[in-house]
Amino acid sequence: MNALGFLAQAEVDTGDTAWMLVATAMVLLMTFGLGLFYAGLVRAKNTLNTFMMCVAALAVATITWAVVGYSWAFSPGNGIIGGFDYAFLSGVGFEPNPDGLGATIPHLVFFAFQATFCIITTALVSGAVVERMRFSAFLVFAALWSLLVYSVLAHWGFGGGWLIEGGTLDFAGGIAVEMASGFSALAAALVVGARKDYGRQALLPHNAVYVLLGAGLLWFGWFGFNGGSGFNTGTNSVLAFTNTLLTPACSLLVWFILDLVRGRQVTAIGAATAIIVGCVLITPAGGFISPGWAMALGAVGALPCYAVIVWRPRTRVDETLDVLAAHGVAGLTGILFIGLFAQMSWNGIADGALYGNFGQFADQALAAVVTPAYAFGATFVLLKVIGAVMPLRATENEEAIGMDVVQHGEEAYATGEGAILVTTEASIERDRPVAQPR
Amino acid sequence: MIGIVRPEKANDVLEALYRADVKGVSMSRVQGHGGELERVETYRGTTVKMGLSEKVRFEIAVSDDFVAPTVEALQAGAQTGEVGDGKIFVVPLEQAVRIRTGETDKGAVTPMQE
Repeated sequence: MNALGFLAQAEVDTGDTAWMLVATAMVLLMTFGLGLFYAGLVRAKNTLNTFMMCVAALAVATITWAVVGYSWAFSPGNGIIGGFDYAFLSGVGFEPNPDGLGATIPHLVFFAFQATFCIITTALVSGAVVERMRFSAFLVFAALWSLLVYSVLAHWGFGGGWLIEGGTLDFAGGIAVEMASGFSALAAALVVGARKDYGRQALLPHNAVYVLLGAGLLWFGWFGFNGGSGFNTGTNSVLAFTNTLLTPACSLLVWFILDLVRGRQVTAIGAATAIIVGCVLITPAGGFISPGWAMALGAVGALPCYAVIVWRPRTRVDETLDVLAAHGVAGLTGILFIGLFAQMSWNGIADGALYGNFGQFADQALAAVVTPAYAFGATFVLLKVIGAVMPLRATENEEAIGMDVVQHGEEAYATGEGAILVTTEASIERDRPVAQPR
Repeated sequence: MIGIVRPEKANDVLEALYRADVKGVSMSRVQGHGGELERVETYRGTTVKMGLSEKVRFEIAVSDDFVAPTVEALQAGAQTGEVGDGKIFVVPLEQAVRIRTGETDKGAVTPMQE
């Protein structure tokens, strides 16, 4: 938010810092919420693998972010990508970021807060390839994607790149987080290919309660995600915080109605999806539109996402957990919505087309075109290259057995029946009958 | 007839049975051990060999004419060629009764023609 740069005084504010420390931890929790959400949506035999892809993002993207990702996103460079000034956290200390972002919090806190964004965005993409992508291939993909796609788009949208400099408004990540993950997910699903049983068998979510609880953790964390994206406790942050309550509630109710019209019943997994859609819709717009328009955004924005979720499974594209619909389409809708309904009287920065500033809509539309194009193209090429070096997916046989046992040697719901202990030397030496009574 | 197959092949077996016109099937999840290698799993420091593996057990009552096609369907659906594909046991059936009508034996296991 360089537009908030007028606050720039290189002085740390304790209240702002306290809030940003909490917000950072809240966003980190979202990655586990996402893991739970995704794990519930897959079959029981892939529960752990699906969850572990989100955990993998914690391991990989945190490190790539510290090494050079943060620098590419936020250090001064050209319009496309930042430089190496902050590589290995060099120059990132207790003083505020000298570039004006997060002017009242220590640079280290700003770095950590942004790191949690990189982590969850990388984890989001996994939703397109669960139940068949090899874990090791995903680790390589996550590392490279977090640098080549996330860091670049974070520079465009947040870190002084050409979109933000050109006037595009994006409060908390419609560009770098939502459109980036959504359209990358589409590319990933196309390159990795559909699950072997896709379109032949019903592949159903195995635990709807996980899905609901995961959505709840995500919504909770999103207050830190959006409310923290002003990097202070100022008016834009407070507006984004409250809008994060209003928009998903409206999406939820509209989703109920759409479910009722289409299937005569309100579904739990639909509700969980609607919460995510609502949170994504308000992500770019949170600090820029009035609470009233935020509620309208939740209601109206749910429609295209619902349509894509209904349409996508009828295609051959096995974008398994609908990252495109819930993040790509919702993020795009939110970005465009700013161009129409942003209000200077609420955000102190710019008006949208409805309030006479048609140029803002053009700026928003530009981001809505170039971001999906870059995310899709870069991810497509990246996965093709990785696929040329190593197999991206498990064999059909392994896919049938389930990724938990094949990739991790564990089961989510192990009974322990018939398990023979082999850890201690005594048990290895002694001959035991195979079937042990409990 | 009892067929014990890999859980991941259960859907293929159902499909094969359906194609063979075998409509009356019960299935249940069981755990068993045959000749296959044990799977090793690790939970923190504890390494275990999973001596029992998950299988799906089909129970199918058929009349004599259907025995051969049913065996074929089970085999076609469940075979991977690896150790652990399972077994088919064909056993004689003393009596079968359809509860709704009281029909016995062949009449009880032949689907209603409508």
